[in-house]
Amino acid sequence: MVNVEVTPLPGIGTRQDFVLRTGRRIGVITYRDGRSELIVSKRDDPDTCTASIPLSPDEAAALAGLLGAPQLVAELSKEHDGLSGVNTKQLPLVPGSPYDGRTLGDTQLRSRTAVSVVAVVRAGTVHPSPRPDFVMGGGDLLVTIGTSEGLAKAADVLDRG
Amino acid sequence: MHNSAIALIELGAIFFGLGVLGRMAWKIGISPIPFYLLGGLAFGSGGILPLEGIEGFASLASEIGVILLLLLLGLEYSAAELVTGLRRSWLAGLLDLVLNAAPGAIVALMLGWGVIGALAMAGVTYISSSGIVAKVLSDLGQLGNRETPVILSILVFEDLAMAVYLPILTGVLAGATLLGGLTTIGISLAVVTLVLVLALRFGRYVSAIVDSKSPEVFLLRVLGAALLVAGVAQQLQVSAAVGAFLLGIAISGSTAENATRMLEPLRDLFAAIFFVVFGLNTNPAEIPPVLGVALLLALVTTVTKLITGWWAAKWQGIGRMGRARTGAALVARGEFSIVIAGLAVSANVVDAQLAALAAAYVLIMAVFGPLAARGAEPVMRLAATRFRRTATA
Repeated sequence: MVNVEVTPLPGIGTRQDFVLRTGRRIGVITYRDGRSELIVSKRDDPDTCTASIPLSPDEAAALAGLLGAPQLVAELSKEHDGLSGVNTKQLPLVPGSPYDGRTLGDTQLRSRTAVSVVAVVRAGTVHPSPRPDFVMGGGDLLVTIGTSEGLAKAADVLDRG
Repeated sequence: MHNSAIALIELGAIFFGLGVLGRMAWKIGISPIPFYLLGGLAFGSGGILPLEGIEGFASLASEIGVILLLLLLGLEYSAAELVTGLRRSWLAGLLDLVLNAAPGAIVALMLGWGVIGALAMAGVTYISSSGIVAKVLSDLGQLGNRETPVILSILVFEDLAMAVYLPILTGVLAGATLLGGLTTIGISLAVVTLVLVLALRFGRYVSAIVDSKSPEVFLLRVLGAALLVAGVAQQLQVSAAVGAFLLGIAISGSTAENATRMLEPLRDLFAAIFFVVFGLNTNPAEIPPVLGVALLLALVTTVTKLITGWWAAKWQGIGRMGRARTGAALVARGEFSIVIAGLAVSANVVDAQLAALAAAYVLIMAVFGPLAARGAEPVMRLAATRFRRTATA
């Protein structure tokens, strides 16, 4: 079980990283505007980075796909394959969103957009079936189910309040 | 030639010249601010080629530059980030404040500029340039480093300190007495707290007032709101800059990000004019007499920022190399030092030499800061090998 450390970078975004078995630190910086950067620490000085590789959203998604992170969504999508019009999507809660630090219930996502949040992925850990009093934080990924229209609306709600 | 034709040619030449200088500056890895200042010094009173006919535009544009600089500083951090930053870094922030404000204040007192001059110079030497620091961190690929949150949280603290400092400075410059000064401090603390609470609870309503899906409407609303708030604040003797800054804090979430993206080019344009105008109003002949003091101040405040960074990083359990990087990253001073000096000089109650000293000081620190950040690692490595050699010998 890896222990992912989430560090806010004021004015920039969030850094999420963890220490590998080999002692090096690896992680991702998520910028406020959605860009991300893959970081790998130096061997002799774990405080600093030997590489910081900027990734576009597409590239990041492709890399995540290669590494098999979104297995949860894949499984869910398979379950809902038979149902037409139902989609599964991961919606990010960007740091600084109006709901950063507030509860899931505050968003009233269900009544406003008819979208259900089936899980919250935080720092690589899945919190399934979050209750309305679940406190969300910047950098969380909300795994949601709904119509594509509802999902688009939900993304907007999470961004703007 | 027609008057407006001359004005257009002058403005065009200034912008084009600044563009060329700015490109050169980033190419060699330093901030363009010193070049803008030098440009202003060259063309101003006592310079090689005084400009005429555009003073009215230039002075209004430079005021807008200050407003935009502070508005974007406020937009940079959300209210939540400010509060957590304050909680996490207040000790390092206080050390930073004491160590770096003191040299400026002491020098001002020794030069006989009085308490007001000391207050202004304290601000000039205290505040790091968040613009230069952020640019250098991302240029050097240090955003993923473990010490970076330490650097950023100190910048956040400085940001909040500005919110309290600027109203006090404006109050004192306007001729407030000690009692009046205390009242100003009380009021400004209350206002800052109120704005933070409002931003935390109702930030989205403030954002909703300016927000719009159309970029054009959005730009006009944000800019309009900023100038309105700044103007009203000015009228209430609170300083336009502070009004814009607090508005920036109150606007939050995605609205703040969009506003930042949209206003950045405008800020760069008007801030450039502001630096040039500051240079224009500073007599270059006054710089040589204060150059020695500026150099001494630069040396001392480089060391004090290094100490601040070293300790702040040490508290967070960062290694020696990271501690040196933290200190070096904070060395750069720039836009806000000039903003403070500009406020002080325009109030006509401090010694005119203050402008010259601030200009010379920022010229040195804006160039040296990025160089220090780049040089921290090689220097530490060299010192480490030297040390090992002496130890084995």
